[in-house]
Amino acid sequence: MPDDNTPDETGRALRAILGDVLGLGEQQLAGFTDETGLFGHLPELDSMAVAGLLTEIEDRFGIVIEDDEVDGELLENFGALRGFIETRLRG
Amino acid sequence: MILTTWPCPPAAGMPHTAETSEMALAFAAAGAPAPDSPAPGSPARSAPRLLVLPALFDEANRLRRFTVSTMRRLAALGIASVLPDLPGCAESLSPLEAQDLKRWRAAAVAAADYFSVSHVLTIRAAACLAPPGLPGWHYAPQAPSSQLRQLLRARTLASREAGIAEGGEQLLARGRARGLSLAGYHLGPAMISQLHAEAGTATLPVIAQNALGAPGLWLRAEPGEDAAQSAALAALIAESLSAIAPVAALLTRVAP
Repeated sequence: MPDDNTPDETGRALRAILGDVLGLGEQQLAGFTDETGLFGHLPELDSMAVAGLLTEIEDRFGIVIEDDEVDGELLENFGALRGFIETRLRG
Repeated sequence: MILTTWPCPPAAGMPHTAETSEMALAFAAAGAPAPDSPAPGSPARSAPRLLVLPALFDEANRLRRFTVSTMRRLAALGIASVLPDLPGCAESLSPLEAQDLKRWRAAAVAAADYFSVSHVLTIRAAACLAPPGLPGWHYAPQAPSSQLRQLLRARTLASREAGIAEGGEQLLARGRARGLSLAGYHLGPAMISQLHAEAGTATLPVIAQNALGAPGLWLRAEPGEDAAQSAALAALIAESLSAIAPVAALLTRVAP
């Protein structure tokens, strides 16, 4: 991934993925903050949708997410997921 | 649009009498006769006719309306198409558990022959089923191994919610030995092993999702449809077909 992948860019790309996978409107996505809850908070996010979401994240960011990394914490809120992706992009 | 049937060859090792009759949806090109029984040498044989191979498993459900509405748009553009049921799927009487990619490939070849198609359009993970030697396109292809990975992941997550700890590797080993139920689909050991082993996709030109101007409908948890996306896909195929027929195009261009 290019070095200019700033946090804002990651957040923007992650909002786009959430929009595509969950069919959320732009307004709802724009209102997402780091504290916005994901798994257990969004009715659209069932296990099949989480699987699709993780696959899209892998494809679009060019990263691999291992099974044991997928836990309640990873999907707790928007900030946690964004932080995970940023860490992985730097590594 | 008509519902028709086609003879599907039996699974490897089964007697010829085990041949099954599978269903297919067929669209005639606008103004042409129904495409189920082309007379040899009739204009229908030289006109383009697409074999449409549907997305697999849960994606087949989510993309069904999109697939059929694309075929309807193709018909309006003068392109006939046929969508066969893969054995074990949709209206098929064959058990899904007994199917594997090898048999589905043989089925795709048989359907291509029976319906005398000129091209193939594969949807998502059906890319791996394209009959060899047939020109066509892969729409948003996905490797069988990626498809399996996503199904395993969904099962792992659902199990965890239910308080059952089962990892992807553990499920895969069990699936390869005894088969596995994934997202409600009962897949046999041969299917699991073959899905796992195949990481490749494209053998034909790819029509990527971004060419359709909106997110892919397979991503959605609920089955949806998008007339604009179907129209865009049909138009890209029609355009590509007219580029494939250079003689006709050349004649038009040099005509005074």
